[in-house]
Amino acid sequence: MSLQLRSITKDFTAKGGLHRAVDALSLEIEAGTFCTLLGPSGCGKTTLLRIIAGFEEPTAGDVVHRGVSLAGVPPYRRGFPMVFQSYALFPHLSVLDNVSYGLRVRGVPAAERTARAEQALALLGLETLRDRHPAQLSGGQQQRVALARCLVLEPEIILLDEPLSNLDAGLRVGMRREIRSLQQRLGITAVYVTHDQEEALAVSDRIVVMNAGRIEQDGTPAEVYHAPRSAFVARFMGHVNVFPVKRSDAGAALLGQVYESRIPDAAWAVVRGDAVQRDPRGPHMGRVAETAFLGARLQHVLELEDGTRVTLDEPAHAAAPATAAGDVVRFSIDVARVHFMPGDP
Amino acid sequence: MKRLAQREPATFAVVLGLFALLLLFVALPLLRVLMASVVQDGGWTLETWRTMLTRHGALVPLWNSLRLAATVAVTGTVAGFAAAYTITMVAVPGRRAFRFVAMLPMLAPPFMIALAAIMLLGRNGVITRSVLEPLFGTGVEIYGFGGLVLVQTLTFFPLSMLLLLGTLAGMDPSLEEAAQAQGATPYRVFRDIVLPLAVPGLLSSMLLMFIESLADFGNPLILGGDFRVLSVAAFLRITGEFDTAGGAVLAILLLVPALTAFFVQRFYVQRTTFATVTGRPSALRRLHTGPGARTFAALSFVLLGSAVCLFYGAVLYGSFVQVWGVPGELTFGNYAGALRQAGGALTDSVVLAAIATPVTGIIGMGAAWVLTRRRFTGQGLLATLAMLTFAVPGTVVGIGYVLAFNSPPLQLTGTAAIIVLLFVFRSIPVSLEAGRNGIAQVDPAIEESSASLGATPLVTWRRVALPLAAPAVFAGLAHAFVRSITAVSAVIFVVSGQWNLVTVSILGFVENADLARAAALCVILVTIVSAVLAAMQFATSRMDARA
Repeated sequence: MSLQLRSITKDFTAKGGLHRAVDALSLEIEAGTFCTLLGPSGCGKTTLLRIIAGFEEPTAGDVVHRGVSLAGVPPYRRGFPMVFQSYALFPHLSVLDNVSYGLRVRGVPAAERTARAEQALALLGLETLRDRHPAQLSGGQQQRVALARCLVLEPEIILLDEPLSNLDAGLRVGMRREIRSLQQRLGITAVYVTHDQEEALAVSDRIVVMNAGRIEQDGTPAEVYHAPRSAFVARFMGHVNVFPVKRSDAGAALLGQVYESRIPDAAWAVVRGDAVQRDPRGPHMGRVAETAFLGARLQHVLELEDGTRVTLDEPAHAAAPATAAGDVVRFSIDVARVHFMPGDP
Repeated sequence: MKRLAQREPATFAVVLGLFALLLLFVALPLLRVLMASVVQDGGWTLETWRTMLTRHGALVPLWNSLRLAATVAVTGTVAGFAAAYTITMVAVPGRRAFRFVAMLPMLAPPFMIALAAIMLLGRNGVITRSVLEPLFGTGVEIYGFGGLVLVQTLTFFPLSMLLLLGTLAGMDPSLEEAAQAQGATPYRVFRDIVLPLAVPGLLSSMLLMFIESLADFGNPLILGGDFRVLSVAAFLRITGEFDTAGGAVLAILLLVPALTAFFVQRFYVQRTTFATVTGRPSALRRLHTGPGARTFAALSFVLLGSAVCLFYGAVLYGSFVQVWGVPGELTFGNYAGALRQAGGALTDSVVLAAIATPVTGIIGMGAAWVLTRRRFTGQGLLATLAMLTFAVPGTVVGIGYVLAFNSPPLQLTGTAAIIVLLFVFRSIPVSLEAGRNGIAQVDPAIEESSASLGATPLVTWRRVALPLAAPAVFAGLAHAFVRSITAVSAVIFVVSGQWNLVTVSILGFVENADLARAAALCVILVTIVSAVLAAMQFATSRMDARA
């Protein structure tokens, strides 16, 4: 085991009282894992990362690295380099000096320093930029330099705080692929903070979904996406049809329709958009409230009689029945493809 | 210009008016100083320069001024940086209180510290009598170079602190964190990151301190002794020897290094400022808690804070003592006496500064608006003229006003108008900067939308730009008032029996060794200034709340 967080709590004194950013959170991150802390803003993910880095002292709990507590160890003795959201490149130093800074403060001789920094620059395709200053680089290039500056130290653990959030959408996809492949090639443990679920799914070995300072779910990307353990996780992972399961004497009902024994003992149902099917003899009926054309697919939001909104997702081809706002559509739900989960309804 | 005249006649008129005013009241006096040094009896001559440089040893005060200014550039910046670093970066209690104390010297007439220095360290000074003489058998020589370095450092370091507060607060805290995550100790972070990034600010500060020290008149007049600097030498040449041409030579010797420093600051240092390359500014700065940083902070707190308190406390205490250095009961007698002798001057100061302030505000605001929101030929010249009075030492301006407005058609000497004009044009840079800051807070799109709805530029300015920029402008007005009422170096040349000023009266009391009354007048002046600033603060916070 590489890194352990033992019931970490962090309180901040804010206006009008105490704010608990992290609440008795425990986590073990195996060596070589790409572990993503995912959650909405204010969920405590960045605070947790800063506690690992040593910029914040936890109010209670302990960060343990290779069995040794890091309590009271300042950031500069931890050896966990970090990529910042703003990149935080030193504006007065050239690219080469930025990358070799960590080696310089470690007292590595100049010749070796330069050789290693150049190696790291080559790894990220930055050789030609070595004498530039950060102000002369594009956002994507700055991001690479920030990464090179961490990798040159051959760290065991690297911390990344929303590193892609300042890049354009196109660049973001390429960069996250590159981060992932470097991490795997070099066998580094990465702790990665983001609020973008798609990004988390694409890069991670493991995703820790956080909410209000606690872990909501912890698992592989596939587990977290296909088998969310709570309505919060399901919605955060991008599922739109999350409905409560209602029980009565007649049996378990989904959207007012009793599906007899086929519904397990659960409180919530996650219905993927393509499990909602247009069906002239289907048991459900809704009025089209809005329609979005997404290129390959069409997404209709149907409003049921009780006001519940259901999203119906269908391939967009020329032969699709023309649907306008206000039309009434009948549909059925493929219960075999519905994910049920426990929890308070 | 032609296009502007056709498209926006009102703006064109404003630009022309500004040029006329600045040429008449900024450029012309300077020109007259230059002329006075080379024209004699209607003909060109370098005779005055020759005699001043050889017979009257004008190079001595030049060397003294430069030596003093260079030293204060360093000491003032060191003190300013220590204060600013402590306030922005270190977790120590009392940071707000310290900031307030460190700002005190800005409320006072610039020579108040010199007065305090005499009360504390002079031959009859409290510290001299009760600490130095019993312990070491002798006092320190407060008159001369060393005393002036101490006094000017304490007087001017708040300006450096303000400038460096901006530099340090603008630094992205994640840079320091990135360095720490790279393995740099707090000391290395300071050495490798904070200090190099502060270099443009430090250079700016040194140039600013250099200019302020050169231009300082009150402190060297009181404390100079045999150590004569240019501003005092020029004043004495004119008022003592009635040698205007010689005074003009000394004034030009003073002007050259001041302007050089000003232009270096404006065109070189500002360009080397490191652009922030980050996206959005990241988290709040975590203050240093390490023992090294805290020791440094505590030291700068104690040294600077206690020095400021001690010096101002001395003046306050001294204003209640019957005879300085002689134990006795506390009394209000000094206040009564001071007001009896200088009450008229005090009223004149308040009234004339109050007249000048709104005029400054209107001109400065108009200049700020055309300079930021309009493009026209001659714009650079207008901006330079407007900022020039900041760089030109008051002594030079004062001499220029005497020379320029001494004969018809603009015979103003002896009138209140010449004092008001001096107040106005000495404060234009303050008001202009405030106006620029205020306008920077107004999105140009708001003004454009006003224009697209049919408002003329004048209406846009009055209905949209002015109200939105008002808080910043009012803050600028308060500073313009303070600058006027505490000014001495330029106005000392134009006061008259009919119109006198309180700062000049205080200098008079000091010259007559009437320290107690000088102290009383200083306290009254600081009280007035504080009240005005507090009222302005209150007004602007109300405006901010409404916005």
